[in-house]
Amino acid sequence: VIPAPFRYRRAASVAAAVHLLADDPGAVLLAGGQSLLPLLTSRARTPATLVDIGGLDALRYTGLDGATLVIGAATRHAELAAAAVVRAHAPLLARAAGLVGDAQIRARGTLGGSLAFGSPAADLPVAALALGARAVLTGPDGRRVAELADLAVARTEVLVELRVPVPVDPRWSYQRFSLRTPGWPVVAVAVVGCLSPRVALGAMGPRPLRAAAVERALAAGASGAAAAAAAAEGTDPPDDLAASAAYRRHLARVLTARALAEVGR
Amino acid sequence: MTVPRTTVTLTVDEETVTDRISDRTLLVHYLREVRGRTGVKAGCDSATCGACTVLLDGTAVKSCTVLAVQADGHAVTTVAGLAAPGELHPVAVQFRRHHAAQCGFCTPGFLLAAVGLLARTRDLTGADVRRELAGNLCRCTGYQGIVEAVLAAAAEREPR
Repeated sequence: VIPAPFRYRRAASVAAAVHLLADDPGAVLLAGGQSLLPLLTSRARTPATLVDIGGLDALRYTGLDGATLVIGAATRHAELAAAAVVRAHAPLLARAAGLVGDAQIRARGTLGGSLAFGSPAADLPVAALALGARAVLTGPDGRRVAELADLAVARTEVLVELRVPVPVDPRWSYQRFSLRTPGWPVVAVAVVGCLSPRVALGAMGPRPLRAAAVERALAAGASGAAAAAAAAEGTDPPDDLAASAAYRRHLARVLTARALAEVGR
Repeated sequence: MTVPRTTVTLTVDEETVTDRISDRTLLVHYLREVRGRTGVKAGCDSATCGACTVLLDGTAVKSCTVLAVQADGHAVTTVAGLAAPGELHPVAVQFRRHHAAQCGFCTPGFLLAAVGLLARTRDLTGADVRRELAGNLCRCTGYQGIVEAVLAAAAEREPR
């Protein structure tokens, strides 16, 4: 279907985008558009104005800042998957980026868009959460750094950068189950580290979450297989066409066990 | 309400054009209805089927998931721009040779996705082709002929 009418504004900079968003209560951000445009064509969303930051090449970069991997928010999934610095220091993030959608979508979709859009099953937010990454946001009141676990991007804010601490323990695993390829994960599990692993779950609630019970059990010395039995604790998985909530709880336990086995627990 | 409009200048199949279009126009609809590029197929309108795939600055994208205004200042290649009239692009030659089309609706999208793939990779395997063309759906032939055609096109191109 043809989208409902809207006004298109191309932002020349992040500061200009923040101004445009603040001046127009009906304005929303557009970056790669791979999540937003299908919602416009189905008219699930009918914003009055789109503020396009997808062309801001100043937000397309990957690099190291000391022991932190820094990634510009407009970096395309395909760029993230291929970047040597990402593959060297956070291969989990590169792997997740390479699994998003299909090649055409990875050529347009952006890291910042995926994080800000916040689909509970999206690959990149789960991977970034397991890595302990933080998001840098710019808004009318200036710049702030936010944890991903409770990331809430205001309508007038622009997510400009992801900061990923380079894991001290390089072991990682990413396990996902999907009904077809390409396809959204029905459940995704990301694990970083072996001795004291961070475990993140995708599609097990309204947003990606840490498997706190699993992490506690592992910290207390439990085996991976024993800790994985707690993977569904504290989750609220959806019951939908892809899978029942009970099946998702089962998948969470199975995929967590596989992930912990891969990192050596 | 009046529908907001913007003037865009872009390159379509190596021709520079300027048009005044409504901001909400999808690139697929602009190419078909304003530029007459009916080889760009409007399939699902939801970034699923890949029939609307075009090259945007040489990279394969789904033109149902790009606004025409976002192509302002950029270069778009459709299936009509792959070869001169009456001629076939080398990838299209291999599609014909390997029976990689039946009804033909998905074929332009596959050709452009394949051209984009060949431009950014080398030493392709069949598994690579299947993964990288997974965003294009064919409902007639299955994919074996398409994969063979793309591998044949990859094998015959000049070494870089």
